[in-house]
Amino acid sequence: MITIDDLTFAYSGQSPIFQDFSLHVDRGAALSIIGPSGCGKTTLLYLLAGLRHPQSGSIMIDHKPITRPRPRSGLVLQDHGLLPWQTVRENARLGLTIWGFYGSDGRHAPADEQLVPNQADQRVDGWLKKLGIEGLRDQYPLQLSRGQRQRTAIARTLAMKPDLLLMDEPFSALDAPTREDLQNFIITLHDKSDLTYIIVTHDIEVAVVMGQKILVLQKSANQEAQIMDNACAGFSDGRMQGKFQQKCEDLRNLLGSMT
Amino acid sequence: MRRRLNIRAALIGLLMFFAIWQVLAWIIHRPIMPSPLQVLPIFTASVFGNLGIHFLASTARVLAAIGVAVVTAVPIGLGLGQVPKVNRIFAPLIAIVYPIPKIVFLPVIYVLMGITDISKIFLIATIIFFQILVVVRDEAANLHPELILSVRSLGAGRRALFRYVYFPASLPAVLTALRVSVGTAIAVLFIAEQSLTTYGLGYYIVVETYQVLRYPEMYAGILAMSLLGLVLYFMIYNMELKVNRYRSEEHN
Repeated sequence: MITIDDLTFAYSGQSPIFQDFSLHVDRGAALSIIGPSGCGKTTLLYLLAGLRHPQSGSIMIDHKPITRPRPRSGLVLQDHGLLPWQTVRENARLGLTIWGFYGSDGRHAPADEQLVPNQADQRVDGWLKKLGIEGLRDQYPLQLSRGQRQRTAIARTLAMKPDLLLMDEPFSALDAPTREDLQNFIITLHDKSDLTYIIVTHDIEVAVVMGQKILVLQKSANQEAQIMDNACAGFSDGRMQGKFQQKCEDLRNLLGSMT
Repeated sequence: MRRRLNIRAALIGLLMFFAIWQVLAWIIHRPIMPSPLQVLPIFTASVFGNLGIHFLASTARVLAAIGVAVVTAVPIGLGLGQVPKVNRIFAPLIAIVYPIPKIVFLPVIYVLMGITDISKIFLIATIIFFQILVVVRDEAANLHPELILSVRSLGAGRRALFRYVYFPASLPAVLTALRVSVGTAIAVLFIAEQSLTTYGLGYYIVVETYQVLRYPEMYAGILAMSLLGLVLYFMIYNMELKVNRYRSEEHN
């Protein structure tokens, strides 16, 4: 799905965060990215989203180089990124509205599917329902709780039928029950489809729950991709309790040894 | 956001206005202060005739100026707001030109652009232009970078960002700037219309009535110009309320 070859990236005037960095992610993978702040985990996500551009090296998704946001990649940020003057439904429909604005041109919107406005509305309403916010569709973001806003942002992304979901600290500002609920939602979605997702987090437990593989980044220039396999991903139910705790401990030690 | 002005309040305000006017007319008791009872019949009779034509001429000039100012200031403001490097170059210049009372350029504009409607519209447009330019620039610059990134990730290029993010984001500020500057615009129009034209409320008030001592007719003109300001103000105000609906009832 994703192949990164010899990626080098630095913010202007700073030492590189990635130097000849390579990484491969299979289709259907569930990858967590964790590391101390400033390690470049968000940068890597933005590079994959086509919002930043490498100084050298290449990023291929589905055998195509990424030079701009890819229509079938979805991005969910901690800050929701909702338009405050649009209702929940309008916000959730925004991706499809932009799709309609450009047409299925393959650059801004997927080319393999024609968008019928009527179906677009149904699609959006379907996701609002699955995320439990169909009753809020005429509310504005300012009237919502953080969790409800994030549900709206997730509905907006999923309405685009992404095959790759990129998430940057999507749950870190949410209360525990909401976080678990949304984590389970994404995990279930992943289990039922061939969705690939990558989640950036600073939270060890989130990284272990969400990532079948965990990429650990360090603060100085990342060269080798340090990947930890993780069999404990998925629902954090009681049976896995011991192993889960052990995995978190291993990850904590690994992070500690790197700084 | 303040509340909508209701009809009852508007009627009470109007009644008080005319009552005070009438009292002043009694106290001053000179031709320069006619009673509203004398002016209103003249106004209603002439607004569909001669006065109406002057009214339309002035309205057309103000609307044209607003149109020109919005169409030029919004894109330039958005451009400056999105590209900090360019903004840093022009910010000092804008800061200096912005507070200059543009009316002082009236003679220069007349000489350079000729004594046509275009020069009058240009002058008024310049006043509104800077008001809008500054607020749009600041709105665009203050948009959350994460908001732009997440909308870009939905496929939005420059055009869609303008259409779905920058324009609606700056619309409330554009309307506020318009509402605040429309008073100045009409004041400048009044001055610009006093000479070198034959139509417009400024011409009607000063040349056709004041200079020939037709005071009641002059007041009909003043009433028409006030009405122009009032209607524009509340039209913009209503649009503001509409685009600001989402700000009501915040959750936290």
